[in-house]
Amino acid sequence: MLATLAIQALTGLSSASSLFLVASGLSVIFGVTRVVNFAHGSLCMLGAYLGWTVLTHLPRDPLSFALGVLIAALGTAMFGAWLEIVLLRRLYRAPALLQLLATFAVLLVMQDAIEHIWGPADLPLPRGPWLRSFVPILGERFPLYDLVLIAIGPLVLIALSLMVTRTRFGMLLRAATENRTMLAALGVDQRYLFTAVLALGAGLAGLGGALSLPENSANLGIDLRVITDAFVVVVVGGMGSIGGAYLAAVLVGVMQSLGILLLPKSSLVLVFVLMALVLALRPQGLLGKTGEAEETPRFHRLRAAGLWQKLAGGAVLVAALAIGLLGGDFARSVLEEMAVAALFAASLHLLLGPGGTISFGHAAWFGIGAYAAALGTTVLAVPLPLALILAVLAAGTMAFLIGLVLIRLSGVSLAMMTLAFAQIAWAVATQWDDVTGGDDGILGLWPPPWMGGTWFFLLCIALSATGVLALRAVIFSPFGFALRAGRDAPWRAAASGIDAEKLRLAAFTLAGSAAGLAGALSSFSKGSVFPSSLAIFRSVDALSMVLLGGVQSVSGPILGAIAYTGLFDTLLLASDYWRALLGLTLLALILWRPQGLAR
Amino acid sequence: MSLFSAHSLYKSFGGIGAVQGVSLSVEPGEMLALIGPNGAGKSTCFAMLGGQIEPDMGEVRLNGVALHGGPVSFAHAGIGRSFQISKTFASMSVGENVQTALLAAQRQLWRLRSAADAQVKAEAICLLDRVGLAALADHDAATLAYGDTKRLELAITLAATPRVLLLDEPTAGMAQRERRAAMELVASLAQDGIAVIFTEHDMQAVFSFAHRILVMDRGILMAEGTPAEIAANPMVQNVYLGTV
Ligand SMILES: Nc1ncnc2c1ncn2[C@@H]1O[C@H](COP(=O)(O)OP(=O)(O)O)[C@@H](O)[C@H]1O
Ligand SMILES: [Mg+2]
Repeated sequence: MLATLAIQALTGLSSASSLFLVASGLSVIFGVTRVVNFAHGSLCMLGAYLGWTVLTHLPRDPLSFALGVLIAALGTAMFGAWLEIVLLRRLYRAPALLQLLATFAVLLVMQDAIEHIWGPADLPLPRGPWLRSFVPILGERFPLYDLVLIAIGPLVLIALSLMVTRTRFGMLLRAATENRTMLAALGVDQRYLFTAVLALGAGLAGLGGALSLPENSANLGIDLRVITDAFVVVVVGGMGSIGGAYLAAVLVGVMQSLGILLLPKSSLVLVFVLMALVLALRPQGLLGKTGEAEETPRFHRLRAAGLWQKLAGGAVLVAALAIGLLGGDFARSVLEEMAVAALFAASLHLLLGPGGTISFGHAAWFGIGAYAAALGTTVLAVPLPLALILAVLAAGTMAFLIGLVLIRLSGVSLAMMTLAFAQIAWAVATQWDDVTGGDDGILGLWPPPWMGGTWFFLLCIALSATGVLALRAVIFSPFGFALRAGRDAPWRAAASGIDAEKLRLAAFTLAGSAAGLAGALSSFSKGSVFPSSLAIFRSVDALSMVLLGGVQSVSGPILGAIAYTGLFDTLLLASDYWRALLGLTLLALILWRPQGLAR
Repeated sequence: MSLFSAHSLYKSFGGIGAVQGVSLSVEPGEMLALIGPNGAGKSTCFAMLGGQIEPDMGEVRLNGVALHGGPVSFAHAGIGRSFQISKTFASMSVGENVQTALLAAQRQLWRLRSAADAQVKAEAICLLDRVGLAALADHDAATLAYGDTKRLELAITLAATPRVLLLDEPTAGMAQRERRAAMELVASLAQDGIAVIFTEHDMQAVFSFAHRILVMDRGILMAEGTPAEIAANPMVQNVYLGTV
């Protein structure tokens, strides 16, 4: 037993190495540019594909392998530099939310581009004999290559540390990370430094991708899987700390592989619990510093709706009801989707706008609501109204519990961790077949006959509209004012007795509950639930809607939801390259109309 | 026993002792000035008096009872303060800034329905009138001139009806005439029974309004006395007035 544990721990160490390579790149880039590079997993994926192409053309001995891996890392580094020059340098002054969305757009485009170039099938690496050999350890056979990986992590850590402490480039790196005014004083052309840092970070990611080839083929799932793990490692280790990244990578890697032994079905949950523990004790991460406060974007004055706005809103509602009642099933289902989207977007806007909190995993609450309603109907056989209440309670409770751990984190870390949680919830939904039906989802969730067709349509519109109006009312209530006070001037608010953290937790819970209601309504409207309701794309849907309408206004997200659902959903999804199209649209929007279309 | 007191406060940042053993006390109605050159540690003292940072050693007491639990509980206990660099709630009107502070003081923040009612609005106007901003109640707080921002912050602070008022450079950025008016307002607050501790670079303001003066240099209290005593203290003149 002890031997098995030790072997499993060694396996964990080897996976920690590739995790560290990717996470350290992410951390270095963040430290210098203050941009969280969502496309970092895609760089890792690019490294894997480049590595595959190079290595399949080389002989299968260790030296050629090393050469091929280095070529792949170099290629990825060059791509990273190019990315910095054409895109990232336009984003350094943008708010964190837009930086995250823009780099996510890069992820979308790269996914389609790589699929276009290399094809959709997994590409396993033909392995030479040395890659298939084993070493006896504690009476068990341990893969030689895993030992190599275990060594590479600390080697890269030492190399990076030496570079940071001994070279001029490293000195500049440290200056940029720790003291920006000093950097300006040194008279360095910051542009070259930033390009070089992107190349370094991308190279590390590419190296990690290529090195993982012998164990995992080059495949299109790498980007999202890797970025989630890397986010966890960087936040737990401390943003910008390379040593912290190694420590956290080891912790996560070993935990994951031991977790498979101890709790085969819920190793993910174990990782999340570990992460929650660390962050509850040290919100800045293991080796992170409680650094400078992040700059929050300036928000405009919010005004309650005037007469014309109220009339326009009423007119939209009446028009929707008329079209739905006079039109057919298709018109009703489109309108239901729009209404649900409006509620979903409005709930996210409460966090992004008044809450000043970036959530990148809002789909978690939508999906938890959808699954709670579905399971309530199929397993508990409760009637539809009760299923809706169950969904709101389930999503709200989960949002409260997760918020309890995460709400103290600084802006960008919170965004990364909400994403991580949503990805874990998604993984649970796909893997827990017995309950969730896995990828097949849960089907046959139609409303009962007495509630069918138009009645459900009316209920859906009524609940969505009530939800949206309630969220609006919250924004202009004393609670909403205090929430904004805590966002606008945290110190001033605290000195006036406003406990912003508690208010933010309440907003997080409220937004989660509302998103849960949206998810439940959506599952009855579609008659089914799939893991896609929790996927990152669902979160990005909501972010795009809010962005499209403008985060600065209260009505913007609602208009954004209607426009996004009506236009983009139908037009984009008809294309084979919907990801690339969505990504390019997002990039265009962020670069040219960052304030949204509503203004 | 004093209304509000600090007992040998220490705070250092990365090995540099910003405040080293400062003790002080104020009574209701008293105006205590804390002066000293830039970097003397005045703002750091204020941060400990207001609960924004926890002292490395020492404690802050109200009516002899030690205060704990950070800025929110200090505020609820009756400690109000302004900051050297004033910040107000930029996404609100001037009036809404004060209304929010009033609602916070009345512990009504958790009400979800209906924003400020007529009574809160009237109270807000009353406070704005007191600092001379009533005419600007409907303006965006973000567009105020710096001197007006300072005044708005004072109104926000007063909304909590504090017993102790900590003002970090209350007239910074104001014109000479505005300064006098602002200090007279502060003096009238003291007359109503509030204990005031303030820092100020304008020596005229200090010597004409303070009842008692504490002089700080490099984290240490150098001297304490009435304005007349401080003005006559050669050491103070040497260390402080010589380095302004
Ligand atoms: N947050 C901080 N981190 C590091 N050093 C600080 C911090 N705040 C103040 N200091 C240092 O403490 C000393 C006292 O500063 P401060 O209290 O602002 O002085 P004053 O208000 O009298 O000008 C200064 O040397 C300042 O640089
Ligand atoms: Mg100061």
